[in-house]
Amino acid sequence: MTHIINLSRRDLLKAGAGVSALVLGMHAGLREFPVAQAAEGASFEPNVYLGIDETGLVTIVAHRSEMGTGIRTGLPMVLADELEADWSRVKVLQANGDPKYGDQNTDGSRSMRQFYQTMRVAGATARQMLEDAAALTWHVDPNECHARNHAVVHTPTGRQLPFGDLVKLAAGLPVPSDDHISLHFKSPQARRYVGKPVPIVDLHDIVRGQAKYGIDTVLPGMKYASIERCPVYGGKVRSFDSKAALAVPGVEQVVEVPATPAPSGFNPLGGIAVIANSTWAAQQGRLQLKIDWDFGANAGYDTTSYRKELEATAQKAGRVVRAEGDVDGALQSAAKRVSADYFVPHYSHAPMEVPAAAARVENSKCEVWAPSQNPQGARTTVADVLSLKESDVTIHTTLLGGAFGRKSKHDFIAEAAWLAQKIGAPVKVTWTREDDIQHDYFHAICAQHIEAGLDGNGAATAWLHRTVFPPIEATFQPSVTYGTAGELQQGFMDVPYAIANVRCENGPAQNHVRIGWYRSVFNVPHAFAVCSFADELAAAAGRDPVEYLRELIGPARIIDLRAIGVDYPNYGAPLDQYPIDTARLHGVLDLAVANSGWGEALPQRHGRGVAVHRSFLTYVAVVAHVAIGNDGQIAIPRIDMAVDCGLVVNPDRVRSQFEGAAIMAISNALYSNITAKDGRIEQSNFTDYDVARTDITPETHVHIVESSAPPAGVGEPGVPPTAPAICNAIFAATGKRIRALPIDPSELKST
Amino acid sequence: MPRISINGVAHDIDADPQMPLLWVIRDILGMTGTKFGCGVGACGACTVHIDGSATRSCMTALADVAGHEVTTIEGLSADGSHPVQQAWVAHNVPQCGYCQAGQIMQAADLMKQTPNPSEQQIIDAMSGNICRCGTYQRIRAAITAATDLHASTQSSSKAR
Repeated sequence: MTHIINLSRRDLLKAGAGVSALVLGMHAGLREFPVAQAAEGASFEPNVYLGIDETGLVTIVAHRSEMGTGIRTGLPMVLADELEADWSRVKVLQANGDPKYGDQNTDGSRSMRQFYQTMRVAGATARQMLEDAAALTWHVDPNECHARNHAVVHTPTGRQLPFGDLVKLAAGLPVPSDDHISLHFKSPQARRYVGKPVPIVDLHDIVRGQAKYGIDTVLPGMKYASIERCPVYGGKVRSFDSKAALAVPGVEQVVEVPATPAPSGFNPLGGIAVIANSTWAAQQGRLQLKIDWDFGANAGYDTTSYRKELEATAQKAGRVVRAEGDVDGALQSAAKRVSADYFVPHYSHAPMEVPAAAARVENSKCEVWAPSQNPQGARTTVADVLSLKESDVTIHTTLLGGAFGRKSKHDFIAEAAWLAQKIGAPVKVTWTREDDIQHDYFHAICAQHIEAGLDGNGAATAWLHRTVFPPIEATFQPSVTYGTAGELQQGFMDVPYAIANVRCENGPAQNHVRIGWYRSVFNVPHAFAVCSFADELAAAAGRDPVEYLRELIGPARIIDLRAIGVDYPNYGAPLDQYPIDTARLHGVLDLAVANSGWGEALPQRHGRGVAVHRSFLTYVAVVAHVAIGNDGQIAIPRIDMAVDCGLVVNPDRVRSQFEGAAIMAISNALYSNITAKDGRIEQSNFTDYDVARTDITPETHVHIVESSAPPAGVGEPGVPPTAPAICNAIFAATGKRIRALPIDPSELKST
Repeated sequence: MPRISINGVAHDIDADPQMPLLWVIRDILGMTGTKFGCGVGACGACTVHIDGSATRSCMTALADVAGHEVTTIEGLSADGSHPVQQAWVAHNVPQCGYCQAGQIMQAADLMKQTPNPSEQQIIDAMSGNICRCGTYQRIRAAITAATDLHASTQSSSKAR
């Protein structure tokens, strides 16, 4: 339950009568306020601050990080709507990393899910207090007073008072409880912003080059650092010679950053830092370093042989994480057996803004400016690395120039803080693109094996799926080789097909690089395999893929995985509010199919493919249309995406996230591939780590299901079904089945 | 000491003549609208205009721009009123926004060289600019709209 206290009243007591702002602090903020803490205990639920000053300026704190999803606009929209604020008089202020705001770890496509209601409560509470203040002023019944567009109106007489005029009085009023009796929410019909396309608050700054990202931070007296890290994960410096580096004009000093032994978690990898008076001088100095490395235990990592190991493991029985019926018996008695093996490589996040952070340490206090997805986590890591108290570390969250999961790891932030402390001057660490691609927390390489049995009519009677990948947990804990429930829930053990006999197994894999979450995470390989295999089954049964998929999904029902003994986290959301609902899978499938021209004739070597997948509590179907040249070159004229993400706050940003997801999925499917040899990553920049460019961009149609269901994920769910839809379309166009990414066009030549 | 002109203002730059223009602009002049993306001319985030032509500033040495006119995103228009900037706003192009200065500078160059580009000309001009968020669909729509706007402005001024 959310509790709100009126902080401005306490401020009033403290600061005297001069305070005129109504400030509402919710929830976890209470830990700073002893009275409330006694009542509430150490609650840790979402939180927001809202301030209105006497001029009527409404300041809304964005506590989640803006990496391009539009959340810095979306959550304030919800609050402003309930408040009846005029959006043009709303200022959005980015929060520092601080537990008083509740969870700030902006990942998992969950900001709107977790904070929609919090923002509504914050807005409605403030609105009601302003209405009460107007009623007191006019000596009328509060029920006759209604906030309308930044003013309170006395409905019977039409009298009005602007918000700014009511602030002083409202600040002294009791805060209504957030139960639905005390607190009145606006009706959906009265919504002013929610459900309408609203431009992002940073739009004008961005197009004028005024938006500030972490890499743009400039501090007085700031030095510039570039760090040479061991090319092999877990290696360390034996010795180094900095003489030539120090001779480079602009280079001021060379500092060894201590290595963190593997698993290095969020701590710096270590290496040799060159400190200079410009980024370029630091980079030039780096080129002159002579370093003797101890490469350590991962120097033999070779993705070619590692892939074979993963594939061999996937042929063997693994740890069972879901079991229903008698899979072995059903496979044996099947009229037809189908099996396939799938492979997805490592990917690098490669956000356009490389990891970069600036830090200053003075008087045992550290301030950092960084593009962090998780500023509280960064604060903890920095405090730990610098041996400071967390309360002496301040993380200023800048805009993020892309992130995709990379910037929820704080190693680059800790590097800047450590160097600032070490050299006693403010410093900015800027990674090169080569650093970024070669020292990433890579998306897990993954091999999978699926078998199914079909009856005489082609219906699936048995499903056996094995997945093998180095788990993310291995980046933090030594010797972890099996996936966690949080990883295995992602498109693997939650397969939503109506099959009587199902077994899902996970085999072990040792990690040799840092593994991290990358947009859509394990849904990427799992949806690729599951949605491709569904299409393979349709082909084996001689059926239309859409019709077959409808039968695979089966009757409309709620799938209760926990009832069959599956340890299913459901992305941390309650199953009663966010069940696995096959009716919604059918809904998006029907919507995508109806809009895509499915079934209409296409020229030779054109094809359509379909995939449907639930991830991050959102249901997505994709129909892709491809055209394959005789030389094997792939074109994607059109993609239709149907989305059911529950209530939509900013439809334009939902669309943009799905358009972008299509592009990222195309990168995954067609281009991107990280390989390692002798423990070193073989790719270095956008010259050899390919990503989608505008030439491959399809006409992208996003069809949004109108829904009043609770809001679900938007940032990630568009990625997983897009690659298999493309691959299924390639099968329709050429008869060639894609089972490994990225797609090799030379295999698609016409013969 | 190389003298360069940026957005109409002359600067004498005391730096290694081989320093890329990108770092001169960002670290010495403190103008951060021009972005670092790759350092090898492969992504377009650092695009500026030199004597009106789109150029990768990460691959252009300070010495090579002495005596030339450099325009950065900050100088494209005083108030964001360039037709490309307006089209970017109208189409809500940016997601994270990081690459957009480079995209806009590239598109502005295209519009100038080819006032009414075909779809293939747009693709050819813009394929050197990477957007990891995936705003390509809207970039293409915005360029098409901007060239239409530009064309209608041209024809109406002709009519006058």
